[in-house]
Amino acid sequence: MTRTLVVVGHGMVGHRLVEALRDRDSAGTWRVVVLGEESRPAYDRVALSSYVEDWDAASLALPGSEYDDDDLVELRLGDPVVGVDREHRVVTTASGARQPYDALVLATGSYPFVPPVPGHDLPGCHVYRTIDDLDAIRATVRAAHGPGRRAGLVLGGGLLGLEAANALRGMGVSPHVVELGPRLMPIQVDEGGGALLKRLVEDLDLTVHTGTSAAAVKRDGDRLFAVLSSGLELDLDVVVFSAGIRPRDQLARESGLEVGQRGGIVVDASCRTSDEHVWAIGECACLGGSVYGLVAPGYSMAEVVADRLLGGRAEFPGADTSTKLKLLGVDVASFGDAHATAEGSLEVVLNNAVAGTYAKLVVSDDAKTLLGGVLVGDASSYPLLRPLVGREVPGDPAALISPAGGEPVGLDALPADAQVCSCHAVTKVAITDAITSGGCSDVAGLKSCTRAGTGCGSCVPMLKQLLASCGVEQSRALCEHFDHSRADLFEIVRSTGIDTFSALVAKHGRGRGCDVCKPVVASILASLDRGHVLEGEQVTLQDTNDRFLANLQRNGTYSVVPRIPGGEITPEKLIVIGEVARDYGLYTKITGGQRIDLFGATVDQLPDIWRRLVDAGFESGHAYGKALRTVKSCVGSTWCRYGVQDSVGLAIELELRYRGLRSPHKLKSGVSGCARECAEARSKDFGIIATENGWNLHVGGNGGFTPRHAELLVSDVDTETLIRTIDRFLMFYVRTADRLQRTAAWIEAMEGGLDHLRAVIVDDSLGICADLDAAMGVHVRDYADEWRGVLQDPEKLARFSSFVNAPGTPDPAISFREERGQRVPVLLGTPEVAAR
Amino acid sequence: MTSLVERDTATWTSACERGALQPERGVAVLLPDGTQVALFLCADGSLHALGNVDPFSGAAVLSRGIVGDRDGVPVVASPVYKQSFDLRSGVCLDDQETSVPVHPVRVLDGVVQVGAA
Repeated sequence: MTRTLVVVGHGMVGHRLVEALRDRDSAGTWRVVVLGEESRPAYDRVALSSYVEDWDAASLALPGSEYDDDDLVELRLGDPVVGVDREHRVVTTASGARQPYDALVLATGSYPFVPPVPGHDLPGCHVYRTIDDLDAIRATVRAAHGPGRRAGLVLGGGLLGLEAANALRGMGVSPHVVELGPRLMPIQVDEGGGALLKRLVEDLDLTVHTGTSAAAVKRDGDRLFAVLSSGLELDLDVVVFSAGIRPRDQLARESGLEVGQRGGIVVDASCRTSDEHVWAIGECACLGGSVYGLVAPGYSMAEVVADRLLGGRAEFPGADTSTKLKLLGVDVASFGDAHATAEGSLEVVLNNAVAGTYAKLVVSDDAKTLLGGVLVGDASSYPLLRPLVGREVPGDPAALISPAGGEPVGLDALPADAQVCSCHAVTKVAITDAITSGGCSDVAGLKSCTRAGTGCGSCVPMLKQLLASCGVEQSRALCEHFDHSRADLFEIVRSTGIDTFSALVAKHGRGRGCDVCKPVVASILASLDRGHVLEGEQVTLQDTNDRFLANLQRNGTYSVVPRIPGGEITPEKLIVIGEVARDYGLYTKITGGQRIDLFGATVDQLPDIWRRLVDAGFESGHAYGKALRTVKSCVGSTWCRYGVQDSVGLAIELELRYRGLRSPHKLKSGVSGCARECAEARSKDFGIIATENGWNLHVGGNGGFTPRHAELLVSDVDTETLIRTIDRFLMFYVRTADRLQRTAAWIEAMEGGLDHLRAVIVDDSLGICADLDAAMGVHVRDYADEWRGVLQDPEKLARFSSFVNAPGTPDPAISFREERGQRVPVLLGTPEVAAR
Repeated sequence: MTSLVERDTATWTSACERGALQPERGVAVLLPDGTQVALFLCADGSLHALGNVDPFSGAAVLSRGIVGDRDGVPVVASPVYKQSFDLRSGVCLDDQETSVPVHPVRVLDGVVQVGAA
């Protein structure tokens, strides 16, 4: 019989519970009703501060959190539970609905603590907890008057406070951060780390006031003023309280469930409350006397309850309160006994004020066991150090944090039962088992098999190392003719100056090539601008689309797409397209990239069609190539009431700059003139969104089979910086990506991901930026229209014939019928064959 | 060779000068009965002619495929769904049940000629 589980609260932990239960309850023994207070389904609250980048709530959405495809889950939002009748096992919602349950899980989370400062409830004072809170803060900032840059006050210098300060910065507000403790993040970091953290964030336009608190908030006309206990008075536009959180246990209190002394619904190791039918998980639960304000312990509790509901015996494994995060671009990590509270513990500190890094390890009194540590400025050793907590240190502890000292700690030093993925509690042995006996041969396989790497992702480099140390060779061979990857071949061609496929395969490969390696080499030669793509031997390397500079359709005809930069077109040019389509009987369709596709041209018609188009000022749109396709744009500030920058102008500039750039896969771009993002730039390989101060550049987005949202690479840059950054991004991609690897997958596969990319192309960490800039300079200088190149060359033109022995005769296999007033292909009689 | 020419003159169709063919690139040839042939000159100088119609899509496009080799077998890859066909036998390497016709091909006085399958 199907029983009913009611989940109160749809945050990250509530969602995890539903996911875990539905994942395992294959027999469908539980029907799940989720009752949420917020109007939107569970979202990634941990990443809340990134919401200010684009104000798009959808980008915080958690996958699958609407349960659209699951008949056994019902999600009711915007109607909080206000009462629990434990005797009759029924909950009541604010709207008066009554929902019976067999099991009840309280996942109500926490609420922000607002200290009773006089004036804390004035207009302009906010808390920082939900998307709605951020919308309200933004409304205050927008409504603010007065000259100069906006100023804000964040009360609380802990993790949340710094997140809130980051969000304010993203809104163009200069934040003051007030922390009662002696340093920032007093719970996670020690004095030395806190001092460095303060210095690093103050470089980022934050003003930090420690050891003080707000005595009062006052309003005088349009302005807010805060008086600090130190006597300082601050003139402000907005105030944000983020002085900690408190468990939301009111429902439990009112229904007579046991709560902890300092709040929190008391649960045992199975997360069960004092009522056997009621459970509590996440930040509202008090387990072993502790309330955990981190998502990882909440996830553990959700897994425990899912197991218990299905008759399992799981218990809470204990919380790892280790933290690694990037606050305002500054790495901070804290793990184990970070404050050296253990009796006789010893500290090893490396404080490099020059490099801006601080590292402290806490070890046992005999210096043999690692107890904890703090890392500020560089937390790259965190994934290896955290699992070593409570274990013997391999050698001299100082070597673990000293960049020059001895061997860096390797994965081999990790014991088998050490956690590699702390988000999902996956041990090293679980991963090596999945590799050696589970048949996982790549990171993607490990992710789906063990879930390791699917949380924060910080362990992905370790997964790669484990694959390598288990002897899994990640073959990089392009095909049977080359042992090299595309990136290797690119470097060979670039450095040796080899400019034919024959020479390359003779010297660095074997055999005669195939439809995999030939187009790759053709693309590399084109990226390096080694002549027209149909010149000499190159024509034999091209896939049919590139060979005919048009897109092959199912009946053997081609479609023609002239470039329409930025989607802007004059009426005269539109008329020419219309006339060409009419005269050649071409089916006409508007594309998703803001241009026009003309279908049904035969090989012999292509040059005639191009000549008409080229004469009218058109050129190839490269719709057929692994190359830049379009830079889509909204109409921008020229017309739009809301636009803040000229998005069309920039889109045209970018499209003309990068047209013809051959790349490992197609490249799409978009430019939006304001944060409303009408050009859908974040679904592009490189998308630009206008801000009040310049442009935000997002990279690594795509639509298609696996849609990805682009991630913010740089913000508020001027046009010159923007273009320089895109130049480098594209050239770095062209040089190092695998065959048919879109930018999203390229960044994901990169060791260090987006941070590494930023280091390479913004901070020039590899010292290659001048080279990338020069390469793009050559591309821009040498660009030539490929269609025109054919029209000007009789030898190339001669290849555009239907039959070598009957050039004027049309392909008899091609015929058309009419549909909705246009010509479409008559389907050719073939057996049904699935496309590969 | 001469006797062969005399015997079946009617079945040979001249395609083009051999020198007009580019190694590793196909061309389409139209036979008098409307049959379409894909004609290839390989890098080793050998000539091959297959039916031009790709059996997986029905489109007459095999002449526009990329020529290469797979495990030493000379192949052309269909430009539509990328199956490879043995240039010598016409057999599809990705689906041994499927094949395209093989046409005889010869060079007469420097002109490449294709016969009926």
